[in-house]
Amino acid sequence: MMAECGPPLLEIRDLHVHFPVGGSFLSRKKRTLHAVAGVNLSLARGECLSIVGESGCGKSTTALAVMGLQEPTSGDILFEGRSITRENAPGRMDRARIAQMVFQDPYASLNPRQTVYASLAAPLRLHGTTARSEIDDRIADILRKVDLRPEHAQRYPHEFSGGQRQRIGIARALVLNPQILMLDEPVSALDVSVRAQIINLLLDLQEDLSLSFVMISHDLGVVEHMSDRVAVMYFGQIVEVGPWDAIFANPTHPYTRKLIATIPDPDAVLHPDRTKAVGRQVNPPAGYRFHPETVDRPDVYAAPAPSELVGIAPGHQIRCQPVASGSGR
Amino acid sequence: MTPLLELKGLHVGIPSRRGNMDIVRDVSFSILPGEAFGLVGESGSGKSLTALSLIRLLKKPLSVTGGEILFKDDDLRALSDRAMRGLRGDRIAMIFQEPMTALNPLKTVGRQIAEMFVLHQGKSWAEASELAISALAEVQVPAPEERVRAYPFQMSGSMRQRVMIAIALACDPDLLIADEPTTALDVTVQDEVLKLIAELCRARGTAVLLISHDLGVIANMCQRVGVMYSGRLVEERDTYDVFADPQHPYTRGLLGALPRLGSRHGAAGRQRLVDIDSLITDRDSLLQEFCFEPRHAIRDPRVRAGGAA
Repeated sequence: MMAECGPPLLEIRDLHVHFPVGGSFLSRKKRTLHAVAGVNLSLARGECLSIVGESGCGKSTTALAVMGLQEPTSGDILFEGRSITRENAPGRMDRARIAQMVFQDPYASLNPRQTVYASLAAPLRLHGTTARSEIDDRIADILRKVDLRPEHAQRYPHEFSGGQRQRIGIARALVLNPQILMLDEPVSALDVSVRAQIINLLLDLQEDLSLSFVMISHDLGVVEHMSDRVAVMYFGQIVEVGPWDAIFANPTHPYTRKLIATIPDPDAVLHPDRTKAVGRQVNPPAGYRFHPETVDRPDVYAAPAPSELVGIAPGHQIRCQPVASGSGR
Repeated sequence: MTPLLELKGLHVGIPSRRGNMDIVRDVSFSILPGEAFGLVGESGSGKSLTALSLIRLLKKPLSVTGGEILFKDDDLRALSDRAMRGLRGDRIAMIFQEPMTALNPLKTVGRQIAEMFVLHQGKSWAEASELAISALAEVQVPAPEERVRAYPFQMSGSMRQRVMIAIALACDPDLLIADEPTTALDVTVQDEVLKLIAELCRARGTAVLLISHDLGVIANMCQRVGVMYSGRLVEERDTYDVFADPQHPYTRGLLGALPRLGSRHGAAGRQRLVDIDSLITDRDSLLQEFCFEPRHAIRDPRVRAGGAA
């Protein structure tokens, strides 16, 4: 995965997304919310990149920008080396073949009044597959790929369990053979046992169809299990990015450490010392935007202070301020 | 030590065309004073129904159809509705999953906390309002003097859940039932709220019945854990033992299905997670022994209509 030649499949360069927010009701003062403040990411072919962080940190906005559902304020998104933002934006038809999304809630993301067949056939027809037999074959094929039976196509979403619905959501995303699958909390609405099945399915599909995943999640157990690389976001910025083993074995940014230390670990009863080791911070370098002790969170309405990602190991970067303060590392 | 709460062969049933169908079957466990007991299981395994039946909050047509519920040697099933109302909130309190729906949107949070002191301890509203402020301070809500005048919609999810905890612990109950108390919260906040519950209950000697589908939450909070599956308690032991050496095949499946932190380290490549369904259908003889029916049979009501075994 590391040996990469040519441009990455997907590259996000200095992405900014700002939202105008109405001030108070009377003053009509407009403020700007910096939802994504300078995100750089790249995704190699066949890779699973996870973006983690708490709600409101900008991970979903980043995904929407890649999908073309959110116009970036500035910055660029490149697919196979070509820009896909603003004037270079491809039409919706072309974009549909680049990336597709799997949503969190399989109850809300399927049309309750359409059979599975109708949901799956519509994109095929739009994209020029008109022969009925061809559509039938494709749908039967895609349903088999997600471990459903072709005859399930005639049913409505309410006839399926949560796990089966998520399989249909995955089939819907895959029906046009996209290069990238955006997984937005793909298993967090599911029960433990069903979750395991969907994770296994996603990993199998990734291998069989050589798919690339961008996964958004706050479930670090799932992230560790599935990812090749992990990016940790905090208030619109990436604070740490690296290979999964580096992030989980050697989390360095205080926010990453807090995130890993706070997840309830079922093994905590068996190895109490391990969780403690992650929670302990070794002399934090100056210039982090994250302050675990203070109650105040960063001001999302102001542009963040200049900072940069510093490499600490091959592929493993953390964010700190460029000032050479001489302290810390 | 005599147990604080003892369930003996609890059955919860729902009337169906072919007679009563039990959806919680023969559940027995006990909780000692000051102990934290966890109930885990998937959705529909009956863990919430078990908890609701303890405090007689089951909605019709559900009802307790058998068994004994002993709380400090009183049989809760024999208690009058009036006596039960006095007990609920005072001796046994409950925290629900979604604080926004559990709180009254039309009353200030201070009033909702103060209500507990007025109803259960006969305090005046003035006294109760003072107590509400200290109750809020205790759950670490900043600026409690101002926050008592806030309405639930003005608070964040974790602050609302703290208010719920303040209400639940207002009368120093002997038992706190927490039904998925942190599922609606963000990861980092979840940890704070759980720690708060654990600390407050430890300090007051309150016993906790924690219901969760998250084995991690249970492992961090509880001394003992009961695993529920399809209305039955399939395993009930010390938390350490359950995680170190799960006995029941379902518990083993549940633990294997969980992507755990650190499980990929030292392993060659990605491992597959255990698929509980395949595990269950493969082991018919074992299931017989553990009265562990294949899921497909349970999901299909026609097969299960015969009622309790």
